[in-house]
Amino acid sequence: MATTTTALKGAGPVTGSRSFFTRLRDGDEIARLITLLFATTVVLITAALVWELWVNSALPRQKFGLHFFVTSVWDPIMDQFGALPFIYGTMVTSAVALLIAVPLGIGAAIFLAELAPPRVSDTLQFFIDLLAAVPSVIYGLLGVFIVVPLMRTVIYPALNRPFGYLPIFKGPSYGVGFMTAGIVLAIMVIPYIISVSREVLLSVPRDQREAALALGSTRWESTWKVVVPFAKTGIMGSIFLALARALGETMAVTMVIGNTPKIAASLFAPGYSIAAVIANEFTEATGDLYLQSLIALGLVLFLLTFILNGLARLLIVFTTQKGSEVGG
Amino acid sequence: MKRFVGFAIGVLAVCAIVLADNALLINGAGATFPYPIYSKWFDVYHTQNPNFQFNYQSVGSGAGIKQVTEGTVDFGATDGPMNDDQIKAFQDKHNGTGILHFPTVLGADVPTYNIPGVSSALNFTPEALAGIFLGKVTKWNDPAIASANKGVNLPAADILVVHRSDGSGTTYIWTDYLSKVSEEWKSKVGKGTSVNWPTGIGGKGNEGVTGSVKNTPNTIGYVELIYAVQNNIPYGTVKNSSGNFVKADLAGVTAAASGAAKEMPDDFRVSITNAPGKTAYPISSFTWLLIPQKFQDAGKRDAIKGFLKWMLTDGQNSVEALSYAKLPKEVVEKEKKAINNVQ
Repeated sequence: MATTTTALKGAGPVTGSRSFFTRLRDGDEIARLITLLFATTVVLITAALVWELWVNSALPRQKFGLHFFVTSVWDPIMDQFGALPFIYGTMVTSAVALLIAVPLGIGAAIFLAELAPPRVSDTLQFFIDLLAAVPSVIYGLLGVFIVVPLMRTVIYPALNRPFGYLPIFKGPSYGVGFMTAGIVLAIMVIPYIISVSREVLLSVPRDQREAALALGSTRWESTWKVVVPFAKTGIMGSIFLALARALGETMAVTMVIGNTPKIAASLFAPGYSIAAVIANEFTEATGDLYLQSLIALGLVLFLLTFILNGLARLLIVFTTQKGSEVGG
Repeated sequence: MKRFVGFAIGVLAVCAIVLADNALLINGAGATFPYPIYSKWFDVYHTQNPNFQFNYQSVGSGAGIKQVTEGTVDFGATDGPMNDDQIKAFQDKHNGTGILHFPTVLGADVPTYNIPGVSSALNFTPEALAGIFLGKVTKWNDPAIASANKGVNLPAADILVVHRSDGSGTTYIWTDYLSKVSEEWKSKVGKGTSVNWPTGIGGKGNEGVTGSVKNTPNTIGYVELIYAVQNNIPYGTVKNSSGNFVKADLAGVTAAASGAAKEMPDDFRVSITNAPGKTAYPISSFTWLLIPQKFQDAGKRDAIKGFLKWMLTDGQNSVEALSYAKLPKEVVEKEKKAINNVQ
C-alpha cells in the first residue's frame, strides 16, 4: 500500500512539466481522466449507499433513537425493534470464525509458501482457490447436513461434559447456533486467509531468508522470526478480508444459526445475525416502520464494517512501524 | 458504417416482430405461496387469449401490497388480507378509490414433528398447539398432548419448536389460528407474516423447517399442506371447532371455506381458521388477488375482469392438480357478482 502511494507521487511532477494539450494529445491526460472517473465512482457508490440507507431509515431513528442499538425486542406486530441481538450475533459468529480460521489459515499458508515442495504447493493452491469460489449456499448445505448433526453428537458432548461449568459451553444444544454458524463461516473464510497469506509470504525477498540462514538460524527460525514478521501487514490484510466476508455472510449463516433474536452467553444457543434477518424478513415486511427498521439494520452492519475496517487500518499502520524497526 | 446500418435494421426488425407479437401486458406482484397456480393460469389464459399477457412476480405479500399501492403494478396478491390502515393508504394514493380482494385458491398449514419411537400420527388439540408454541407445554408427555393420544408412548423429552424465519403467508395462517384459539397468544404474540416467537428456532422456508424437524429429535414445526403432500412429510391431525380430529386434505380445506362462506363479508377479507363444520380443517386460509377498483386503462380493466371470470370457472378445474384447494361454490358465486365492482 505504502509503496504504491510513493510511486504515484513520483509520477506527478513528470506529467506536470508538460502543457495540458500536449498531455491530452499524448493520451496521458485522457488516461488520467478516465481512471480518475473510475476511482471517483467507487467513492460515489459508497456515498450513495450510505445516503440511501440513512434516508430510508428515518422512522426508526425518530422513534427509537439510540435505543435501537441497546434494546433486544424484535416484534413486528407490536412495532418494537431493537438491533442488539443481531449485532451480538454478527460479532460472536465472526469472532468464533476468526478464532478457528486464523491459526489454521496462517499455518497452512506458511506450510504452502515455505515448507512444501512447489508442486504440492501449487496443486493445493488450486483446490484452495476452488474452495474460495464455492457459492455460500453450498456451505450452508454442508452446515445443515454435516456440521449440525456433528455439533449435536460429537462437538457438543466433547465440550459440554468437561467444560459445561463455563457459561459459553452451558445449556442444551439443538445443533444450530452461534458456534455452528462460526464453524461454517470459518470453513468459508479459511481459503481467503490461505490464498492471500501465501502470496504475501512468497513475495518476501529471498535475501531476507538467506540473511537469516547465513546468520546460523534454522529453517523454522528464519520462517517464524524473519519471513512471517516481514509479511505481517499482508497477513493482517488477509484476516480483515476474511472478517469482512464473515460479517456480511447471509445465506450460510441463516441456514445454521437458528434465527432466534436472543442474546445468550452459551455458544450452543441459537441466535441471529444482521445480514440473516434482513434477508429473511425484507420481502414480507409490511408497514413502514418495520421495513425501515430492517434498512436501519443494514446501516448498522455498514457502520460495523466501517469501524472494524478503520481499526484494521490503524492496526496495520501501528504494526508496520514496529515491523520496520525490526527490519532496521 | 454500412455494417452498422445493417445491424441497426436487423435490431429494428427483431423489435418489430417482438412488438407485433406483444399482447397487452398486465403486471402483477405479490404472494409466493400461490405462484405455481398463478403462473399456470396466466400461461393457459395467454394461450387461449393471445391478446393478453399477464406477468406475475412472486416477491412476497408485503411487497405485493406495497407495489400495488404505489401503482407500479396493475394488481397485487397477498396471503393475508390488507388491514384497514393499508386500505386507507391505498385510497389516499388513488383519489379515494378503493382496492378489492378476490379469493383465488386455498391453502393450509399442518403440524409436522419428529419424536424418536413415535411413528403413529399424533392428535393435536388447539390448547396443546398454543401451549407448545407459547413455550408453556415443554415436554412431549405433557397431559395436554398425551390426553388426546391415548396408547401412544410419548417420551419425557423437551419439545423444540421450529418456526419459519422468513416472513411468510404460512406463518400468517398459523399465527392467525393460534390467535383465535388462545387469548394468551392473541395478546402476547398476535398474528402476522413474522412475529416475535416466544420459543424455538427459525428455519428458512418450508424446506428449512422440514430440514430442522427431520434432523433434530423431539421437534415440532409447521409447513404448508402442499409442501407436506408433495414431499411425503408425515403430519398430525388437528381438532376442529366441532371437536373432531381432522387430517388435513384438500376436501377438508374447501369444507372450512364453505363453513365460513355464510358469513362472508362483502369485501372477502375473512379469516377461515377454526371455521365451523364437521369436516372443516381448522388451519386453512384463502389467498387473494388485489384488484384496484378503478382503472384508467379500459383495456387493462377488461382484461383483468375477463381473467377473473375465467379463473372462477375454468381456472378452478386445474387447481387440485397442483394440490391447492378449490373455492367453494358459494364463494365463487359471490365473487362473480363482485367483479362488476371493478370499473
